[in-house]
Amino acid sequence: MKKKILIVDDEPNIVMTLEYTFKKQDFEVYIARDGKEALHILENNSPDVVLLDIMMPNVDGYQTLQYIKNQDRLKQTKVVFLTAKNKASDIEKGLKLGADKYLTKPFSLKKIVSEILELLN
Amino acid sequence: MSNYALISIIICYLAILFYIAFYAEKNAKSKWVNNPFVYTLSLAVYCSAWTYYGSVGIAANSGISFLPIYLGPVIATPLWIVVLRKIIRISKQHKISSIADFVSLRYGNNRFLGALITVICVFGIVPYISLQLKAISETFEIMTYETSYMSTNIFDDSTFYIAVLLALFATFFGTQTSDASEKHRGIVVSVAFESILKLLFFLIIGIYVTYFLFDGTSDIYNKISLTPNFESLTKINGLEAGFDWFFMMMISFIAIFLLPRQFQLSVIENTREKYLKQAIWMFPLYLLLFNIFVIFIAWGGKLSFGNSVNAEYFTLLLPLQNNHVFLALLVFLGGFSAVISMVVVSTLALSTMVSNNLIIPYGFLDKFIKGQPEKNSKYIKNIRRISIFIIIITAYIFYINFSIELSLYSIGLMSFVIISQLAPSFFVGLFWNRGSSKASIIGILVGFFITVYTLVLPFTIEAFTGIHDFTDHGLFNIAALKPYALFGIDFLSPPAHAFFWSMSANVLCYLIFSLTSKGNYRERNYAEMFVDSRNYSSLQDSALVWKGEAYVSDIKNVLNKFLGEERAQRALNLFFLKYKIPPNTQMADARLINFSEKLLTGSIGSASAKILIASVVKEEQISLIEVLKILEESKETIANNKILREKSEELSNLALKLKQANEELISKDKQKDEFLDTVAHELKTPITGIRASTELLMDEDNDMPSEIKAQFLSNMLNDSDRLSRLINNILDFEKLSKGKHELNIKQNNIKITIKQAISSVQQLAINKGIAIINDNLVDFVFSYDEDRIVQVLTNLLSNALKFTEPNKGKITIEYKMINNFVEVYVIDNGKGIPDEDFEYIFDKFYQSKNQNTIKPHGSGLGLAICKQILEQHHGKIWAKKSNKNGATFVFKLPFM
Repeated sequence: MKKKILIVDDEPNIVMTLEYTFKKQDFEVYIARDGKEALHILENNSPDVVLLDIMMPNVDGYQTLQYIKNQDRLKQTKVVFLTAKNKASDIEKGLKLGADKYLTKPFSLKKIVSEILELLN
Repeated sequence: MSNYALISIIICYLAILFYIAFYAEKNAKSKWVNNPFVYTLSLAVYCSAWTYYGSVGIAANSGISFLPIYLGPVIATPLWIVVLRKIIRISKQHKISSIADFVSLRYGNNRFLGALITVICVFGIVPYISLQLKAISETFEIMTYETSYMSTNIFDDSTFYIAVLLALFATFFGTQTSDASEKHRGIVVSVAFESILKLLFFLIIGIYVTYFLFDGTSDIYNKISLTPNFESLTKINGLEAGFDWFFMMMISFIAIFLLPRQFQLSVIENTREKYLKQAIWMFPLYLLLFNIFVIFIAWGGKLSFGNSVNAEYFTLLLPLQNNHVFLALLVFLGGFSAVISMVVVSTLALSTMVSNNLIIPYGFLDKFIKGQPEKNSKYIKNIRRISIFIIIITAYIFYINFSIELSLYSIGLMSFVIISQLAPSFFVGLFWNRGSSKASIIGILVGFFITVYTLVLPFTIEAFTGIHDFTDHGLFNIAALKPYALFGIDFLSPPAHAFFWSMSANVLCYLIFSLTSKGNYRERNYAEMFVDSRNYSSLQDSALVWKGEAYVSDIKNVLNKFLGEERAQRALNLFFLKYKIPPNTQMADARLINFSEKLLTGSIGSASAKILIASVVKEEQISLIEVLKILEESKETIANNKILREKSEELSNLALKLKQANEELISKDKQKDEFLDTVAHELKTPITGIRASTELLMDEDNDMPSEIKAQFLSNMLNDSDRLSRLINNILDFEKLSKGKHELNIKQNNIKITIKQAISSVQQLAINKGIAIINDNLVDFVFSYDEDRIVQVLTNLLSNALKFTEPNKGKITIEYKMINNFVEVYVIDNGKGIPDEDFEYIFDKFYQSKNQNTIKPHGSGLGLAICKQILEQHHGKIWAKKSNKNGATFVFKLPFM
């Protein structure tokens, strides 16, 4: 069965590269342009992993993570932050809130793929 | 009318007064007895027979000069609220029972001062009382056509019996208790009743004369104006007479406060301070009513009788001449009322003074100390009763022997001038704490002797010997010592002249001796209490300047003697309770001494109270230096406290400033951090895009379709542009915010600048299908940096383009001149600015939460930069709230 990934980011140029990369890795890719759209998608879908930006309009990454953590249905869903916020305190905060991984921008696509595959196995 | 009929009427009338007084005494708490009307009417005791008969006499003989005697009190009444209230308050606190008590207490219970004031008051008032008796006698004579006052045997004289009746009345209602500071409601209410009667009857006779005997006021005026000397009756004669008026008003101004009968009724008998509020307008009104008809009665009398009879009795003679006996009887009773109230209240006041300030402190104290409480109280009452009789009898004797030839008016004024000698000690002492007892005594004595020399002596010599040498040539034939023209001042009337010299000397002595001699500690303590009467209780309680040794039991013994054991014990219990002192305390402190003196003051006067208490207290004389030291110390403590408080305030202010500065620093630091964070984040975003795209394109085994490849390349291009734009903006912003950027100010035309800005975004607008409308063709040429304003406009236009829907959007630019500013509007029909964003849109890196689903790429600095540019131009930029859809941005530039 195909692994499902939800990419949440408000920068279309970045989303485009991630989408292309994970489709090539044979993922089923869902795209959300902010937290609000992500929550909408998560209502009907339970992706294996969510790639989540933090600074977004409307509903931000932290709030989206909170939502996922509160849903029994989404217990299996891994959450990976992918953000430009790279201060030690930010990373600590993100992991404390329950993110499975914390990756920072700018990123290497190869590294992202390997980190996510590692997480899913 | 027969002698006996009139006497019966008088007795009936007196019986009514007794009944009223009795009723008031029984219902002392009733509101019929305690109200501002009774209080005000009782003050009208001021209008004695002098007013009732004398005014008409003056008006007939010398015109309107009777008026200043009433204008003085009218001027004084507004001051009651301040001055009289203060006097009342002090008097109540100290249980003051007379003006002598009041003044002597102010100067530290000075026994001699109290006695001096008593003597002066007796000297001034007894002839005045005798004048009232004379008025009764003469009016009695007019009513009955008899000549009893010429009788050599006083027991044939009805006036004698009337005087005795008045003495009985005053004795009965004036000495119910031994405490003279207690209220005499009976006397007050009867005085108020009499005040109504005398006014009413006087108005009746006024109306009678004016409208029945004559045809109204103009009729009298027309007739009198035809008589010779009319001119002199209706006007004030020049500046000199003006001075006369001025001094007369001052004399009566003082009299309304200081006449013993006025002090008695306005201060001692005052039950509520608030009555003053009504009294200050009702009393002048009363005086006004009383004086309305005076001039017409006088003229009417003059027209009827010429100069053939005593003008003072026109009010009686006019109705009698026309056979209106009943009317004459009313007038007689009105005058009788005026006499009774004056005589009763004056004798009561004088007797209190004589007993408390003269007899008791100078003779009977030792006796009281040994006596039993019941006996003491009886003794005190008897002293007062005897005083009342002695005063009235003396007045009667004076009248029989001396006053036959004297007019009501002249004796009245003499009495006023004598009493006014108390004024400097009284008034200045109320407001100036330096006034000393020595100065007061010297001032009063000097003023009194000058009054005697310039007024009493020449007047009596002339009246009884008929020799004018003294008046005409002065003492030892020295012209400068002429009693009516001292040192050449010859234009004043004798009373005004006497007042001028005596008062000048009195005030001068008072001031000089007050400044050169300091009173003892006791005096200064009381001075402080009087002057600063609001802080009275703290001053009284602290009473810090007292040093000595006294036993509570000794003081209690003294109190027992005067108050009775029960009352003394009750008072002491209250005292101990109030100050939370254990009742078995052995040694008395300063507060108890003060308290006991106050308790005794009502019964025996303040001077006697002091002497009594001092007899059981081993008081050490405190030297002035010690007192000053104590005062200094307390002052220093206060000063130190003040300095400390100021210092601590300063410190806390400083701490607050430090805290604020620190907070500012932290906030600046935080802002800087946030700024850097945001800049980093904004920079990273396009870099991330470029990096990721590059990574994909570089992939070795690339099977990427060419259209996707093209997309990635285009993205990279966009991101690069975005990056460089961002960097430029940041640099701009930094420069602007540090003020490093210099404007290139030139004369420019706003129309052209706007066109330039539009053209730079025109392509973008066309691509999006949005119209930019600019219809305005007006040229406004003024100074600004064109590049910068183009930057602002471009920014606003790009924002508008960003937030409007493709193909539907419309952007309008307008500009106009308002108040020497050119205002430029950029209006779009996009989604508008949400309320929650309004405040922040001009902050750097603020990006609306409600941006379109696809994020419009802004640097987050655009509006912040606009704001800075406009601030540099001394202009302003803001967003307008509008009900319609869309946003409106406005900026204004000074037109210069």
